[in-house]
Amino acid sequence: MSLSPAVDGRLPVAKTFKLYVGGAFPRSESGRVYPVSDTKGRLLAHAAQASRKDLRDAVSAARGAFGGWSGATAYNRGQVLYRVAEMLQARHDQFVDDVLAAEGGTRRKASGLVDAAIDRWVWYAGWTDKIASVLGSVNPVAGPLVNWSTPEPTGVVGVLAPQSSSLLGLVDVVAPVLATGCTVVVVASQERPLPAVGLGEVLATSDVPGGVVNVLTGSTAELAPWLAAHGDVQALDLVGAPEEVAADCERAAAGTVKRVLPRPAAEPDPARAPGIGRLRAFAEIKTVWHPVGR
Amino acid sequence: MTTWDYAPAPESAALANLAPTYRPFVDGAFVDGGGEALKTVNPATEEVLAEVGTASAQDVDRAVAAARRAFEKTWGPMPGAERAKYLYRIARIVAERSRELAVLETLDNGKPIRESRDVDVPTASAHLFHHAGWADKLGYAGLGPDPRPVGVVGAVIPWNFPLLMAAWKIAPALACGNTIVLKPAETTPLTALVLAEIAAEAGLPAGVLNVLPGAGDVGAALVGHAGLDKVAFTGSTDVGKEIQRTLAGTGRRLTLELGGKAANIVYDDAAIDQAVEGVVDGIFFNQGHVCCAGSRLLVQESIAEEFSELLLRRVETLRVGDPLDKNTDVGAINSRAQLGRIVDLAAAGDAEGAVRWTSSCPLPERGLYFPPTVFSGVEQTMRVAREEIFGPVLSVLTFRTPEEAVAKANNTPYGLSAGIWTEKGAKAMWTAQRLRAGVVWTNTFNRFDPTSPFGGYRESGFGREGGRAGLEAYLSA
Repeated sequence: MSLSPAVDGRLPVAKTFKLYVGGAFPRSESGRVYPVSDTKGRLLAHAAQASRKDLRDAVSAARGAFGGWSGATAYNRGQVLYRVAEMLQARHDQFVDDVLAAEGGTRRKASGLVDAAIDRWVWYAGWTDKIASVLGSVNPVAGPLVNWSTPEPTGVVGVLAPQSSSLLGLVDVVAPVLATGCTVVVVASQERPLPAVGLGEVLATSDVPGGVVNVLTGSTAELAPWLAAHGDVQALDLVGAPEEVAADCERAAAGTVKRVLPRPAAEPDPARAPGIGRLRAFAEIKTVWHPVGR
Repeated sequence: MTTWDYAPAPESAALANLAPTYRPFVDGAFVDGGGEALKTVNPATEEVLAEVGTASAQDVDRAVAAARRAFEKTWGPMPGAERAKYLYRIARIVAERSRELAVLETLDNGKPIRESRDVDVPTASAHLFHHAGWADKLGYAGLGPDPRPVGVVGAVIPWNFPLLMAAWKIAPALACGNTIVLKPAETTPLTALVLAEIAAEAGLPAGVLNVLPGAGDVGAALVGHAGLDKVAFTGSTDVGKEIQRTLAGTGRRLTLELGGKAANIVYDDAAIDQAVEGVVDGIFFNQGHVCCAGSRLLVQESIAEEFSELLLRRVETLRVGDPLDKNTDVGAINSRAQLGRIVDLAAAGDAEGAVRWTSSCPLPERGLYFPPTVFSGVEQTMRVAREEIFGPVLSVLTFRTPEEAVAKANNTPYGLSAGIWTEKGAKAMWTAQRLRAGVVWTNTFNRFDPTSPFGGYRESGFGREGGRAGLEAYLSA
């Protein structure tokens, strides 16, 4: 909590919150910021308000990182995702403070959400080298041919993070994208962006290559259409889209035949047990055929 | 000197049991559609085959309502094992009537009888048979322990594989417990209507399958219908985008099987004769009216000259003509409009500086035909390298290194299919891993099987058809 009062004559050093793009922490090129308050309306900080240019930089970084991340071994990706859990665990108490400030409620509840977010990274870390076995297949085709299907990452995924769950909700939608081998540009909860900025700092120190995850803060409704229409974005998760822009985003996505996870009627409860739906959503099935003969 | 020409070996058109009129199939019966009747023609002769009643917007309403009733009252609640038996029956009747269906397909579409007989009809029957077996095993599909049907499906299919595409849509939709309203293509409605007749023969409950002939307006009325839970479309990328826009914000589910511009990569260490055959099959199968056709040949520069010589010599032997003749390799172009598109795009190839080679094979004096054509000296920016021609036209590009082959292959907004020709297994796998395409054929091409997922990356659409992965589109888990 950056704007806390002086204690015993010492004024705490307040933090400047920035974007996380391409492994670096730039301010918005627009120079814009917006005030972020806690649930009681007290000013917490000024967060960077990303512009269309920031979004394009983020997509460009995600596109650049895709080859390396998707080409890494599944074992390696699993280790990197597990490393995120380790780093998050180490900063557990800071995230409890941030979540508490963003979402209110009790410290015990906030602590539980941070625990769940850590566990969610561990769950998806374990999936990286199992997706192919579960979603892939060997197909018993008729004729002297061998043929198998494997899931491959779709590409750059644009995510509009859930608006209410500032950390767990974010992890719940970002971790599966990474587990499939995709890279991501995520627009954080507009009113509760600070835990997302903190997560960016964790990711930057977790062996996740720069550009694999890019976190933008700002106006979801302003950024969403650019993300939905961007030619280098292959899939879109509208889970946290404002209702008034969701359908327009789907229409814009049609321009490049993007895969779209539509906006649900209500934001899902991120505390529920995760399934493999989000792994399936961002995996393409590739089928390879080869003749059998002598 | 003795010449060994083939004697004509025509199949009898009478086998098609062609009726003078065909009508829409709604709620278990053939009905008079409210739309203007269309005439479907034989593209090999441009003679009218039959008059086909088309659907009006009210017929779309009626069909969707019938499908909804059937979903709620009969088909949805029916145990999977019972649904399976209907699908098995349909699969069997398709096989029993395969000769009739093959001839009818060839008459209506213009494709060689050899292909409708050996590929279209058997594969359609196989899809029905394969999916029948899923109907009582959906809990094992890996989507969750108790997957549910999504409801009423609207399906729109193209003219290149009229019966096969109908089976691809109907089989998984019905196996998963959905009901369906199918719109076949304007120029090729006949086999889908005979399939409806077969479904009725099999005793399929009324409303489970509805078939509405008509043009794009009927398709638009169907895919935009608020009574649907899901739309499945196979066709052009442009129409697919339009459908995705139409469905935006409705919450209705969508799968798209769209266009392609597949690269067929021939490395210098390929088995050359085998590769020539594969490249020929990749582009001239079904007159090139194949979304996954190998329309961009990428041949390694060191063998380009030798390969082109062998390729053109082989293409020169393709027999173009009467689709009903069992010796015909390349049949008729399905419609005058499509022939026009092919002519225009080939002209663009000339205008942009590609070198056109045309087979000297004689073409029939009447009917819609386009000779096998190969463009060489093609650059990646040319329209013949970028746009789907959907005809017997091959564009040839060259490359020097495997990296360059992959880069050129992926340099397209499409991502449906690709081919690789090399005798080096490791290189084939290296290449297959890097190609952004849903189906990769190595040392083979244009293979299809109901157990095997088919579908595209990027602007070739989303969703898969076939196998376990194909069920996902028709189930909520």
